[in-house]
Amino acid sequence: MTASTPRLMAGPGRGTVALGDHLALHGLPALESGLGAGALADLAERAGLRGRGGAGFPTDRKLRALAEARRAPFVVANGSEGEPASGKDRTLLTRSPHLVLDGLQLTALALGAERAVVAVRAGAGSARAALATALAERTAAGRDRVPVEVFPVPAGFVAGEERAVLNALAGGPPLPTVRRPWEGARPALVQNVETLAQLALIAAHGADWFRAAGTAAEPGTTLVTLDAAVVREVPLGTPLSELMPGASDANRGASDANRGASDANRGASDANRGASDAHRGEGDANGGAGVRALLVGGYAGGWVDGAAAGRVRLLQADLRPLGATVGCGAIVALPAGSCGVAETVRLMRWLADESAGQCGPCLYGLDAIATALEPLSAPRRPREDPLPRVRRWCGQIDGRGACRHPDGALRMLASALRVFAAEFDDHVRHGACERCAAPSLLPLPAHAATPEEVAA
Amino acid sequence: MTLFASISPMWLATRGAGVVAFLLLTTTMALGVAGVLRLQARGWPRFALDAIHRSAALLALVFVGVHVATTVLDGYVDVRWIDAVVPFASGYRTFFVGLGAVAFDILLALAISGILRQRIGHRTWRAIHWAAYACWPIALVHTIGTGSDSGSVWLLAVIALCCATVAAAVVARLGVLRGDPSPPAPPAAGRTTSTGRTRARAVAR
Amino acid sequence: MSRDGHQAERLEVDPIACAGHGLCAELLPELIELDDWGYPLLANGGEVPPELAALARRAADACPTLALHRLRVAAAAGVGRATP
Repeated sequence: MTASTPRLMAGPGRGTVALGDHLALHGLPALESGLGAGALADLAERAGLRGRGGAGFPTDRKLRALAEARRAPFVVANGSEGEPASGKDRTLLTRSPHLVLDGLQLTALALGAERAVVAVRAGAGSARAALATALAERTAAGRDRVPVEVFPVPAGFVAGEERAVLNALAGGPPLPTVRRPWEGARPALVQNVETLAQLALIAAHGADWFRAAGTAAEPGTTLVTLDAAVVREVPLGTPLSELMPGASDANRGASDANRGASDANRGASDANRGASDAHRGEGDANGGAGVRALLVGGYAGGWVDGAAAGRVRLLQADLRPLGATVGCGAIVALPAGSCGVAETVRLMRWLADESAGQCGPCLYGLDAIATALEPLSAPRRPREDPLPRVRRWCGQIDGRGACRHPDGALRMLASALRVFAAEFDDHVRHGACERCAAPSLLPLPAHAATPEEVAA
Repeated sequence: MTLFASISPMWLATRGAGVVAFLLLTTTMALGVAGVLRLQARGWPRFALDAIHRSAALLALVFVGVHVATTVLDGYVDVRWIDAVVPFASGYRTFFVGLGAVAFDILLALAISGILRQRIGHRTWRAIHWAAYACWPIALVHTIGTGSDSGSVWLLAVIALCCATVAAAVVARLGVLRGDPSPPAPPAAGRTTSTGRTRARAVAR
Repeated sequence: MSRDGHQAERLEVDPIACAGHGLCAELLPELIELDDWGYPLLANGGEVPPELAALARRAADACPTLALHRLRVAAAAGVGRATP
């Protein structure tokens, strides 16, 4: 298999990659011989693999921490994907379930786990069907030594959080819990499904092969969800302008050719980077025009000014300084002419309502912020400037939840206050604009995480 | 003086200590419920009410001790040491003295679990602490049923006052029975969200 | 308490258990203030100077939901352990 994209999504046709095709593409003899925890962690470290669920934690460090656990851990492939703007986990499970299951199996064998679980969003019918078919194929072929269960996780923004998934698996509600440091971490490894698929690819094709895409610091490809609709696999370091929905297909084709060319003299990664540098110039020229801003990294990510999209690559190194993150790779474009204030206020309200309601600062704090901001895009103009209050509250709430939900919401808000500074100023002075009433561009599904859904 | 001339000082002490212990129990109940409801007296910090709640409970335990000791040492009635903790075994007013033993046992459990709260954890402590709502009425029936003074106006007045206090506390508590309530009169910004949500009951295990 | 009497101690709030009763802020205003909703904000990362250790213990004991934890700060990694 070549090192160019697609990797995760490789395979004939558009449907689920069957076991036979999967073996032809990736083989993965390591699964038969088995890798020790140390060897697997070394491999992940050499490849520079980081978690693809949102937090971006180095995979090798997670593996090593669990290798030291006294009791045999159990391993969870987290595909619960509570983020409404993301569909990549479900797409991956539908397209390449065997890569995910290989990664899960490798990890479970390395850690001596007796139990492996794939957590899937309860509503994700096609992903669950593909998984069921894949598991049946593998059972018939005798590929899995550690038994695998599929566990449906109810919808809900915080239900996909690592400890919420573990809590649900333990028979509790899908809500985050507090990790009490003195209790000793429950020996469980939760990895995003894409991370496990990437790990399987690395085990099959090698760390150097993995590093042929992306940058030296942030290697590999990643799945992105564009406008909550299209899932693509792109190398890390791809300029945002190229990912913007609306960027011309010609442009995209050119860049693919570009990558193919550099692929030929792979190893000369400088050439690769040079090519993508050249490409960035192009992106600048025809990006930006129709897009006011991009929400990068999902709803807990950050807004990036559309004008900067050509200069910013899909890298933590580029996004962190802007207060954004690669996150789960969800990118939503806000077209020029739409109102960033109204979108931000609606999103803030949604995130406040998605609080699990367990921690006071998150429940009351996010609600207070959303309530203070709502007059900005409401028909009646605000009586006073809510922003000083909101800024003070942001400073109080950060880091005070059991999970990172409030922190993510505040990150999004802080970036909005920067990117839409002029618009916020205008709304504070004059109230709602004529575009405030336009329907939301971001999918904001109604509350769902009821216990009945778990059963469904 | 002439009234008490024929009665031993021990027996007077028994009755006095019993009534004081019951008053302290009532105070403890009222302050405990006030704490759950987050009621706050002007000029009194919350921790002070909490400290009085704990002190009154321990003091009640002391007075129950005096009550038991003087009863047994007096020897006027057939009550042994063991009857203070083992219910319904005494020869004297078996049922009503037995209730006293039950109340004493519960009080001991409450005190010990209170002292060990940090070790046994909040959930266990809270489960045990619900027994406080049983302790008080049992002590009440013991007071009325055993008490040699139950015909006197002053004791009836004391009992009526205590009943009114605890009844008010329990009614207020029932109003917010679901979980640990948010305060009815919160500080600055309010403790109910704009959509009417309050904290989910902590479900983490 | 600690054997050498000088072991560093840190306070930590369990945000799920905390119900915002606010007793801790009354007892230990040097380290704890309340936010606009009555939930505790710890100064200085919750680090307890030795002279406040007794008050910190009292605040932790007074918490109606036992949400305020005292952690011994290990010298090396900063990993805490509970002191009962």
